[in-house]
Amino acid sequence: MHEWALAEGIVSTAKKVAEEQGLTEVTEVKVMIGELQQVEHEIIEFALEQLRTPGMEKTKFVLEAAPAKFRCRKCSTEWGFKTEGLTDEVSEAIHFVPEMAHVYIKCPSCGSPDFEVVEGRGVWVAHIRGVRKDA
Amino acid sequence: MRDPRLEIVAERFTGIRRIIAVSSGKGGVGKSIVATTLALTLAKTGGRVGLLDLDFTSPSTHVILGVEGLYPEEEKGIVPPITHDLSYMSIVYYSADEPVPLRGADVSNALVELLAITRWGELDYLIIDMPPGIGDATLDLLRLIPRISFLVVTTPSRVAFESVRKLLLLLRETSTPVLGVVENMATKSLGYIRDKVEGLHFRYLGSLAFDPEIEDAIGDPAKLMATNFAKEIKGLSKKVSA
Repeated sequence: MHEWALAEGIVSTAKKVAEEQGLTEVTEVKVMIGELQQVEHEIIEFALEQLRTPGMEKTKFVLEAAPAKFRCRKCSTEWGFKTEGLTDEVSEAIHFVPEMAHVYIKCPSCGSPDFEVVEGRGVWVAHIRGVRKDA
Repeated sequence: MRDPRLEIVAERFTGIRRIIAVSSGKGGVGKSIVATTLALTLAKTGGRVGLLDLDFTSPSTHVILGVEGLYPEEEKGIVPPITHDLSYMSIVYYSADEPVPLRGADVSNALVELLAITRWGELDYLIIDMPPGIGDATLDLLRLIPRISFLVVTTPSRVAFESVRKLLLLLRETSTPVLGVVENMATKSLGYIRDKVEGLHFRYLGSLAFDPEIEDAIGDPAKLMATNFAKEIKGLSKKVSA
């Protein structure tokens, strides 16, 4: 996923959760980032700095990487994501749309493209902490 | 646990006046050619038009447009390149036109990803070429895109219409606006589709005659726009843009 789009999504999610939970200030947002996304953490951090909104001036953004793991649906082999051997174009395609892994990556044992991304595909906001109005 | 992509998808469509999904319950009824020709027609009338191919496993609008060597620009997301006056987005930029073997959940994830990263900017119309059926892509659009309306394509075939009928019922159940049903590849007027569509209280938008010239015009938008089919799409575009 594109870093700026992701940063926008993180800020919008934090803002929505803050509204839902009556938080006047968001103190910490923890985001898990799947390895398959191949996003540059520094660029997300830079984008998050630019996108801070009222109530998030001092928010600490914690970004944690989650390794990617694949499991073949045909022969059950499990393996990890390796960028070695992928061209820049392929790497970029998977970066923008991680499901494109199914186009370019095959099971190392049987060659099937029918595999499951068991871990490390997506990006998700693990928790949002803040200060409540009535606190 | 929240998916941050979902929060920005709706924002990506705020600059678009009309969003029209060209859909059908059945494959092979000509959705892609109708969607592409409709987009080209609307662009010819001076509108700012986008075309989004959401048929990930069988994309074909790039073949109809004859698109080669195009790639989106990166600018705080992805900006669709312009071809034949259309802002054009397709999975083929990333799949290199190789087979895309995706299961349902993967289709859904790829779709959300593409909608989240694409920055359309200001458009009068976004035409979406949908995959056939009422699976993941259709359900995701109903869930994620506000103000979407559907243009439903069928052929005169009773078999095709049986699947189209199910799509129409789903759209009614979900209170989704339906612009109407167009009967494509008509060879003679049987009145069957009109009766069925009107019997379900949907709008019958007319028929598009089977045009043997279309195959020669694939990959050449100028030639495509000179066909009788394109003339009939012009009439359709007036009905759906009114």
